[in-house]
Amino acid sequence: MFEKILVANRGEIAVRIIRACKELNIRTVAVYSEADANSMHVQMADEAICIGKAPATESYLRIDRIVSAAEISDVDAIHPGYGFLSENAHFAEVCEQCNIRFIGPSPRAMQALADKAVSRALAKKAGVPTPPGSDGPVEKEQEALAVAKRIGYPVMIKAVAGGGGRGMRVAHNDVSLVKGYHTARSEAEKAFGNSKVYIEKYIENPHHIEIQILGDQRGRIIHLGERDCSIQRRNQKVIEEAPSPLLENKFRKLREKIGKAAIRIAEAARYTNAGTVEFIVDEHGNFYFLEVNKRIQVEHPVTEEVTGIDLVRYQILLAAGEPLQHSQSDIEIKGHAIECRINAEDPFDDFRPSPGRIEMYYQPGGRGVRVDTHAYAGYTIPPTYDSMIGKLIVTGKDRREAIDRMNRALGEYLITGVKTTISFQQAVMQDPNFRRGVYSTGFVDHLLGGPRRELIEEKT
Amino acid sequence: MIGTFYRSPSPEAAAYVEVGSEVNPETVVCIIEAMKVMNEIKAEVKGIITQVLVENAKPVEFGQPLFKVRPS
Repeated sequence: MFEKILVANRGEIAVRIIRACKELNIRTVAVYSEADANSMHVQMADEAICIGKAPATESYLRIDRIVSAAEISDVDAIHPGYGFLSENAHFAEVCEQCNIRFIGPSPRAMQALADKAVSRALAKKAGVPTPPGSDGPVEKEQEALAVAKRIGYPVMIKAVAGGGGRGMRVAHNDVSLVKGYHTARSEAEKAFGNSKVYIEKYIENPHHIEIQILGDQRGRIIHLGERDCSIQRRNQKVIEEAPSPLLENKFRKLREKIGKAAIRIAEAARYTNAGTVEFIVDEHGNFYFLEVNKRIQVEHPVTEEVTGIDLVRYQILLAAGEPLQHSQSDIEIKGHAIECRINAEDPFDDFRPSPGRIEMYYQPGGRGVRVDTHAYAGYTIPPTYDSMIGKLIVTGKDRREAIDRMNRALGEYLITGVKTTISFQQAVMQDPNFRRGVYSTGFVDHLLGGPRRELIEEKT
Repeated sequence: MIGTFYRSPSPEAAAYVEVGSEVNPETVVCIIEAMKVMNEIKAEVKGIITQVLVENAKPVEFGQPLFKVRPS
């Protein structure tokens, strides 16, 4: 078992990883940028090493500095968290070359799922349905038009190297496709260093259903059920829940089918450690593979709450070579969990980021309430990174209890000094369609733009 | 730079600089070893070393001061 782990991340996920390490009696090393000197993960870790100035490109993305820090602190393994270098195959390789275990999938599995287009091809080979679209990256505008003609509008132009909801645009006709194609390519080059794009049928108002998988180094893979992440704003998830109300209410048999499909893809890629296989499900119960997220995800807590399994702990054990402790039949989904992301954003000003000093901070508690955060009273949220303050996760014996409890918990959550999305989340909890479990990815736009906007009243 | 600080080019050799040494911008004052590469670190100022802030073979992190120099 590892004796010391370096956490190559920041914020709430760094705190989460440090907690899992502490429970395994593993010593921790935090790395931080100058902007994060007072951050919670730095205080919690046994050792901390400054690796650069605030911008991520000068700190959290600097492979050389992180590996140097790992060497001088003599760690056995690095946990990359999510974002930053977590899906960087080169980083994983450098770690292995320096005899440091990378807590995540093997470099080979990462290559097999290297980008969205490659993953799509792998899924097709594994006999898993994918949205109709191009066979691979589209090299010329003529090709794009031909694909659109074959599959029919509307279509999505997607960057193969995109992630976190970025690098996608919709086209409804030939004119917008041509324009969108060229713009998407240059945006992708700038944002991801890779201008390749592919075309997919745009499935309107889909549900985003993802399957959590775990794989050990002996090739065994299990899934831990689904998460429904359809409540999104500008392709960013805001609320996630497990299990999915769509599958519970309408398409019960789909759970097993989608779970098996996720495992088939993971096996084809020889996947190890934790990952998430994403699908979209349309209103007729057709499901299509989207991509694999080769890391622990932000919303992993809802799966932990309904399965009773610590996913970050499992990541560490699997990376250390331990076999899976559970078989597929051991996995039971009990109760219902909802996660609301709490961001430092102003919901009344188009969710503009609101960094700054948190003056008063009181987080909710009580039965079935979990808060994963790095925030505290007096903490200054730096402007350089994402706007996440924390995640509020609530569990109930069923969905109704979870929603009522989330509403109660949001009402107790006190944060002053910065704007937060707490009031917006409460409006969602009180929305009749959300409560009925009837929603798709168009839900937030509808809530914000429609007649119920007055529900989102400023709570002072 | 992050790595291990060494005061001399090799264990038996004399230190690059001591308190009282005169340096100019191009003077090599120490080595920081990172990922098996020995990086020669230059003074980047002209002056006299008044204090050595890090012990030999100790790890150093980003932004950590290594020497005090009185500029001349």
